This record gives sequence, C-alpha cells and structure tokens, in this order.
Amino acid sequence: MTTRLRSSLLAPVLAVLFAAVLCAIALIASGANPAEALGAMIGQVGEGQVAVDIVNSTAIYMLAALAAAIGFQMNLLNIGIEGQYRVGALVAAIVGGALVLPPVLHWLVIIVVAAIAGAAWATLPAILKVTRGVHEVLSTIMMNAIAFGLAAFLIRRDQFGILLGNNVSTAPIAESGQVPGIDLGSKGTIFGLVFLAVVAAAVYGVVMNRTRFGFELKASGLSPTAAAAGGVNAKKMIVVSLLVSGAIAGLVGMPEILGRDHAYTLNFASGYGFAGIGIALLGRNHPVGIAFGALLWAFLEKAKGALDNVGVPREIATIMQGAIVLSVVVAYEIVKRMELAAEQRRVGQATGTAVEPEGAAKS
Amino acid sequence: MSMVEVQPSTPAGMTMTPPPRKRVLPGWAIFALGIVAVVGVLATTSYLTGEPALTSSSTMQNTVTLGLPILLCGLGGIWAERSGMINIGLEGMMILGTWGAAWAGVLGLGPWGSVLFGAIFGALGGALHAIATVSFGVNHIVSGVAINLLGAGVAKYLSTLIFAPLSDNPRDSPPIERFDTFSAPGLADWLGELEREQRAVVSDVAGLLRGLVTRVSPMLIIAILLVFATYWVLWHTRFGLRLRSCGENPIAAESLGVNVYWHKYVAVIASGALAGIGGAALVLGSSPSIYSEGQTANRGFIGLAAMIFGNWRPGGTLAGAGLFGYADGLRLSSGPETVHSLLYAAVIVAGLLVIWQLFRRKWTTALLAAVGAVAVYVLYFATDELPSEFLPYTPHIITLVVLALAAQRLRPPAADGVPYRRGEGD
Repeated sequence: MTTRLRSSLLAPVLAVLFAAVLCAIALIASGANPAEALGAMIGQVGEGQVAVDIVNSTAIYMLAALAAAIGFQMNLLNIGIEGQYRVGALVAAIVGGALVLPPVLHWLVIIVVAAIAGAAWATLPAILKVTRGVHEVLSTIMMNAIAFGLAAFLIRRDQFGILLGNNVSTAPIAESGQVPGIDLGSKGTIFGLVFLAVVAAAVYGVVMNRTRFGFELKASGLSPTAAAAGGVNAKKMIVVSLLVSGAIAGLVGMPEILGRDHAYTLNFASGYGFAGIGIALLGRNHPVGIAFGALLWAFLEKAKGALDNVGVPREIATIMQGAIVLSVVVAYEIVKRMELAAEQRRVGQATGTAVEPEGAAKS
Repeated sequence: MSMVEVQPSTPAGMTMTPPPRKRVLPGWAIFALGIVAVVGVLATTSYLTGEPALTSSSTMQNTVTLGLPILLCGLGGIWAERSGMINIGLEGMMILGTWGAAWAGVLGLGPWGSVLFGAIFGALGGALHAIATVSFGVNHIVSGVAINLLGAGVAKYLSTLIFAPLSDNPRDSPPIERFDTFSAPGLADWLGELEREQRAVVSDVAGLLRGLVTRVSPMLIIAILLVFATYWVLWHTRFGLRLRSCGENPIAAESLGVNVYWHKYVAVIASGALAGIGGAALVLGSSPSIYSEGQTANRGFIGLAAMIFGNWRPGGTLAGAGLFGYADGLRLSSGPETVHSLLYAAVIVAGLLVIWQLFRRKWTTALLAAVGAVAVYVLYFATDELPSEFLPYTPHIITLVVLALAAQRLRPPAADGVPYRRGEGD
C-alpha cells in the first residue's frame, strides 16, 4: 500500500515542483523575486473574498475534471467539455427562467435540464464516432466552437436575451430556483452547489470502483480487445461514457448560475473545460486527486491578482498551470518506466534469470 | 490512435489494406478540374441569386489573407502527422508565432524578421511537444492540449511584460511594419474592367483572378512555395520517404535503420515552425498589423481540419484552407445575405453529387444526397439570411459534415498517434 501511495503521489508532487522551478526561473529572468511573488499569492488568500472564491472555484473545477476523467478512464478524450457546459448552462438558464416551481423541485429540474443539454451536445460526436469512425477529439473541438455560436445566437434580444442594466442575459431565474449558499458576511458566500461537486465526486468514486459499469469502463480503457472478449459492447460503452461525460459537463455552470448570477449572461466564464482536462490529468482520474488538483488550480487562478501588487504580470499563473499539466504527464511516464524497470528487475531476481530490463537500458 | 479511425468494431489485425486505387487522372489535373468546378458553382450561384460579392475581388483577397494562416497550420499538421505525431498543439504554437512575429516587428527587424521570429517561436513550441511525446511517450493529444494552454499563457505573460509599456495595453502590441504589396499592373486593371461589366461567368472569373493578382503580399508567395516544398520534400526525397515511413510503420522503419526519433523530432519541430509562420501571416495580414490576444481564434484547429479535409496531402490541404478562408472572407467582405446565398451553392453541390452517385449506381447515397439537397433548398427559401452569430463557425460546420460523409474514405498515416519506443517492437 505504501509503495502504491508513494508511486501515485510521486509524479504529481514532482510535476508541481518542476513547474514551480520553471516559473521561478521565468520570474527571475524577468527581474522579479519568486519568493516574494509566492508570498503575495499566499497572503492574498486571507484578503476579502478570495478564500471563499477559491472554495467555489474548486467545486466548479472538480465537476469539469470529473467529466474529463470519465472519458479518460476509457481512453476517450472529451475535449468538448467546454462546449457542453456552455450549452448546458445556457439551456438550463432559459428553462429555469421560464418555469415557476416550488423551491427544491425547481433546482432539481434546472440541474437535470443542464445535464440533459450537456449530454445532448455530446451526442453528435458520440454518434459520429460509433457510426462513422470520426475521432471524438476533432468532432468535439468543432462542437465547442459551434456552441459559442449557438450561445451568441440564443442570447440575442430577439431570441431569449433581455437587457439588464448594461448586460444582456437570459430571463432571471425566480427565487424558488436559486440555491441558497452559506453566507459568511464580508468573506463572501459559499455556493450551495459546492456540495453537488462533492456528491458527484463520491458517486464517481463508487461507480468506478464498485459497479459493473465502472469495471467495464476501465476495462475498455485498459484493453479494448480484452474487454470485447469479455463481452463488453464497445460501441455502447463509447456512447454511454461520452453522454455521461457530457451530462456532468453540463453541470459545470450550475454553481455559478444558481448560486450567484441567476441567469446566463454575456460574460459567462469560459475555459473551465480545458482546466478540467488538466486537473483530471493532475489528479490521475482519482476523485481525491481531482479534489486536490482543483484546489491547486483554483488557488492559482484566484490568488494571481496579488501578483500585480509585486510587479509581476499575473499571467505567470497561466504559465504555471500549463507547465503543471505538461510536467505531470511527463512525470507519470517517467515513474511508469521506473516502476516497469523495477518490476522487471524483481522478477528477474526471483526467477534467477537476470533479464536486462528493456525499459531502463534504453531511454 | 489516429484522428479518423477505422470502424472501432473491426479488429485491427484483421483489416486488409486495400490495394491503392488506380488514379485515372494525375493529381494536378484533378486539382485543376476541382478549381473549375468550384468557380463554376460559385459563378452559377452568383448569377442566379444576384450576389456579385460571391465572386468579387475583395472576397478573394480576404480569402487569401484569412486562408494563409489556416494553410500554413495545415501544412504543419501534415509534417507532424506524416511522421506519426498528432499535433493538436498547433493552436498554441501559432499563438507563440504571433507573439514572436510582433516582437520582431517591435525590435525593428521588418516583415522578414517577423516571419523568421514567428517560425522560431513556433518551432520552440514544436520542440517542447517533441520532447514530451517522442522522448517521454506522453499521449500526443494530452501534450497538445497542455501546449495550447502554455502557448497562450506564455504569449500573454510576455505581451504584458514587453508590449504593455509600448502600446499601453497588455493585450496588444504596437503596429509593426508589414510587407509591401504589389499588383500585376496591366493585368489587374484589365481584370477590374471585366469584373465591373458584370457579365455572367466572365466577370466572376475576372473578379476571382483579380483578387489573386492585386495587392499580393510576399506572404502568399512564401505559403505557395511552402506547399510545393512540403510536397517535394515529403514525397520526392529520401528524407521524406523515411519520415513518412515513421508515420506508417515505425517498427519496420527502425528495422531498416531509420532513426525514427530523429525524424519525428525534425517533423514536429518543422510542424511548429510552419504553425509559427502561420501566426506571423496572421499578424502581418491583420490591419493594423498587431499582435492581439485571442487573435488566432482556433485557427490552429481549423488548419488541422483543413489537413484532414485534404486527406493528409498538401494539395488537398490547400483546397481545404481555400474553402475555410473563403467562408471566413465572405463574411468580412459582405453581409449575411451573401452568406445565405452559399446555401444555394450547397444545393447545387448536392445536386451534382446526386447525379454523380446515380451515374455510379449508388442508389442509397444518391437518395440521401437528394434529401439533403431538398432540405437545404427549403432552408434557403424559408429564410432571408443566416443568423450572423453562426457565420464565424461555417468552417466548423463544414468540417463536421465532411468528417461525417468522408471519414471512411480518408486515409491517415497508419501509425498516426501510436506511441513508439525504440526496441519495443515485436
């Protein structure tokens, strides 16, 4: 157990350290003090609403990362989370604004609608993949772009948009549909749907490790041929996992819309989808790992404002995020090779045929 | 894993490679016929719908300006994927290229310096992708996504650091020096007269040609040369044969003594450099010619789509980039009504497809095409203009349609995206 824990923690820790060193070098090269920058970012957490913002963003990133992780479990790269959450949020806001229902039911309807809309946006790539063999990466990239067009069209004032102040948005959701948060006074409000992310992570963990569906999903990812021989319907698994991934992606916008904005507005946040992919890689598709990855991501995102005070462009945080993703995948590969070599050595010693480990000899 | 897979249900070991189809015509003839067909369809549509902007010279000029970055990215895609490396990081490399090009301009190196710096910065992104994927065996798409994040971040950071003091705006660079353009003197005027006469077909052809010969930027010449260079290097040199063999069957290539890692490195770095030149073309082609944040607007992905549209070949990629550039350029030079008339062109294309499929006795396909033609025709009649919000996404929709219709006729390199490690073949 300890070796397993060590090997699964080694890579992300190495990667974060490496990315930090990389950023420190970039900072020194541009004439800033890395320690001072880090200190400013950590100090920022105590300021104003930043701590609460970090908690809220962590939940949103977790949802996006869970959506990505379901695809990763079976080697499907759902790049389309970006578009799926946008469509999910938009459709849910339109439906939610048009309905009048008792409180809890109203939330549930909106959340279900968001999930269905997200799944619907993933349907075309899923169908194209199983019937026409179109790779999901390409089709979902195209669907992402089209989602932006769809959103711009549906929020037009002759469609569903209305003018509120200076901002165009959908009709506001009635109070019965607003999910109350935990009010911390001047520190801000924690979204009520933060718990949705926690529940989603727990369900994801149980389904992946304790159910037949999770087993079939992971088996299809690890070895499609073995899974097919074991009676797993590959096409069905592709469609189901893409749709489930899309459904969870549809939920990504919910904490903000039901907890703060109460409508889909023109400045609805973008970029959660790609962040989710990075976090899922960082957390190695494990719910706890994803939670920590999301926390790190949210910290970088929300505390970067402090960098301006010490004269560092805040975009260094974006570089840090990109560097983390790239170094974490490289670190996983290195750790995997090291483990493979160690395994081969152990087997060699145990059987007495000291085979020269192939992975270690050549790199 | 390739970008367009064979049916997932077919076990990989059992698929027999079909013998290559005998080409009745040489490639250049097919290309020329294609151009004639496209011009014919556009001229007919322009005549029947009364939309001269479809074939005006300004549309053609916008097509060239907007198509060049896509074309260069597509060429970058060919280099990487022909060596078996999926490069979804083209977008990030292109962003790096736009920043590099603007920086060269700010340093006062002139437009040629911009192209060079664009290439260098793009190549740096490519080198990073190569280290991650070739040396460390990281999943190509994952690495590409990371490079897109990283490229955007680095460009933003550097632009805040270096451009913000000069332009008072962290998102933009100051305007840089562009290429001097030149026109073919007598020819352009004569074509202009023809275009103004508004005679069917003649004026259309004149308009399109005039767009090609007036205010030509050296960038266009560079891009066309790079198309030919890519074709010549990859298909007519020993190096190119080896590079492509790494994309088809790296283990076989290795057994013949080809240094697969080296070829993959060269290919991915060249791919980044081409995407970077694409970024430079974007900066130099925009007016005023500045770097601005979010300028690439997913053109890297569209370049990849153009490459797939072109079946992983330079000529086809040129056609794809032309198509996507046209869809984009038309939007700039005219209004929603003109783009609406493109629906009419789609009906004509679908109609031609019906005739072709009937000729080949493919009854179901013909029926499907006929249903599609009628549906688009109804849409054309029921609406006056397309919602302008969707116009920027015309290339994306075309890509989806092309992928849905032709995915099984496209042939990506056999080992595209397959991880390779030396000495691990069986």
